Amino acid sequence: MLTKRIIPCLDIKNGRVVKGVNFVNLRDAGDPVELAAFYDREGADELVFLDITASVEGRLAFLDIVRRTAEQVFIPFTVGGGIRTVEEIREVLRAGADKVSLNSAAVNDPDLITRAARQFGSQCIVVAIDAKAEKDKAGKWGVYTHGGRKYTGKSVISWAQEVEERGAGEILLTSMDRDGTADGFDLELLQKVSESVNIPVIASGGAGELEHFYSAFAIGKADAVLAASIFHFGKFRVKEVKEYLEHKGVPVRW
Amino acid sequence: MIGIIDYGLGNLRSVQKAFELLGYSADLVADKNQFDRFNALVLPGVGSFGQGVHNLQRRDLFEPIKKWALEGKPLLGICLGMQLLFTESEEAPGVNGLDIYPGRVVRFSSKLKVPQVGWNRLEMKKDSPLFSGLEKGQFAYFVHSYYVVPEQDDLIVLESNYGVDFPAAIGERNCWGVQFHPEKSGKTGLKILSNFGGMYDEGNSGD
Repeated sequence: MLTKRIIPCLDIKNGRVVKGVNFVNLRDAGDPVELAAFYDREGADELVFLDITASVEGRLAFLDIVRRTAEQVFIPFTVGGGIRTVEEIREVLRAGADKVSLNSAAVNDPDLITRAARQFGSQCIVVAIDAKAEKDKAGKWGVYTHGGRKYTGKSVISWAQEVEERGAGEILLTSMDRDGTADGFDLELLQKVSESVNIPVIASGGAGELEHFYSAFAIGKADAVLAASIFHFGKFRVKEVKEYLEHKGVPVRW
Repeated sequence: MIGIIDYGLGNLRSVQKAFELLGYSADLVADKNQFDRFNALVLPGVGSFGQGVHNLQRRDLFEPIKKWALEGKPLLGICLGMQLLFTESEEAPGVNGLDIYPGRVVRFSSKLKVPQVGWNRLEMKKDSPLFSGLEKGQFAYFVHSYYVVPEQDDLIVLESNYGVDFPAAIGERNCWGVQFHPEKSGKTGLKILSNFGGMYDEGNSGD
């Protein structure tokens, strides 16, 4: 039976992990490669690296991290942040990433998804969708970019279906209403999207308690859950989340 | 030395780095005239069956790989590389696979999401040196829409279930295939690559 995945996400700026990371036993908790190896040992099923650098130097440092990670970590990892062209996708895949995550670039140029999937295969194209509930319209969500500041005019459900049609292999769905709140995932959004597409949906935004993970799978029908601070700040370990899920009857990998 | 066949498909670097981490020597190979340098070959690959066959033929690797395996030399197919060992695939009607093993490649027909993406449990169907040392019920990382149906049932070494029981690993003697990605399956995958290196990479010792 296919297990449900737990995916820690690392934000990286100028080659360093941002957001404080509270771990003992790590020589350098700011080193993405060391942190990635740590999460691998902890039982993470995959990893996501998000490059939030704008500069050219930061970009080169990021590629170097992807290369070094691929030499040391033997679980799948996805790379996202600022990838705009097929050439840039090729660059990170060659550096050793298994998948790329496209966000604004896919919104601005949906054909990029089609071209990338044709070139590299759907299995390595993840489309990230930042969703925000529309005011006064229950059960409707809009697609946003720029950290939730810019409305694209697209509805989340139809955009999710379009990216699937264009060849995306997975959807990384972030609720901008819940992101950073630790109040739990937007289960209604998650369930609607999961039931509207036939590709895996990764839930993101809002993980704060163990039961949030469970409800994302049981109610939200997610295939995987992505979380950052809950792991980085050491509130829960990946192992604790998995033990809880297994106890509740969700299949997990050991 | 282990040769990783470079035919323009797949994450070759991870496979090479995994062997190197384990203490074996591995190099990419894109030219049939270089095959003599290697004790064993790995055929990796992601993408479609038709594209895979096309790329192998265009690079004049199709017949040399088949000959290599039929001469009894070690070959390991990974993911699409495993599917290519068989006769034909639903994904590319009319296209001939390497046909080292008779059998077909078929699409998951279940109501589950396709492709299967993620970690699935491995069930041991028969003992095999390539998979020795794996604990019962270990997990491996899969990304695929199609799976193999060998004519010979006893070719199946590991089985997994995604709506249907399907072969996760097949093979005998010198020629093997794994549907999952051992280079992305943590310590379980590294153990299998380590076994492969230990069996075939003479002159090197892994730990």
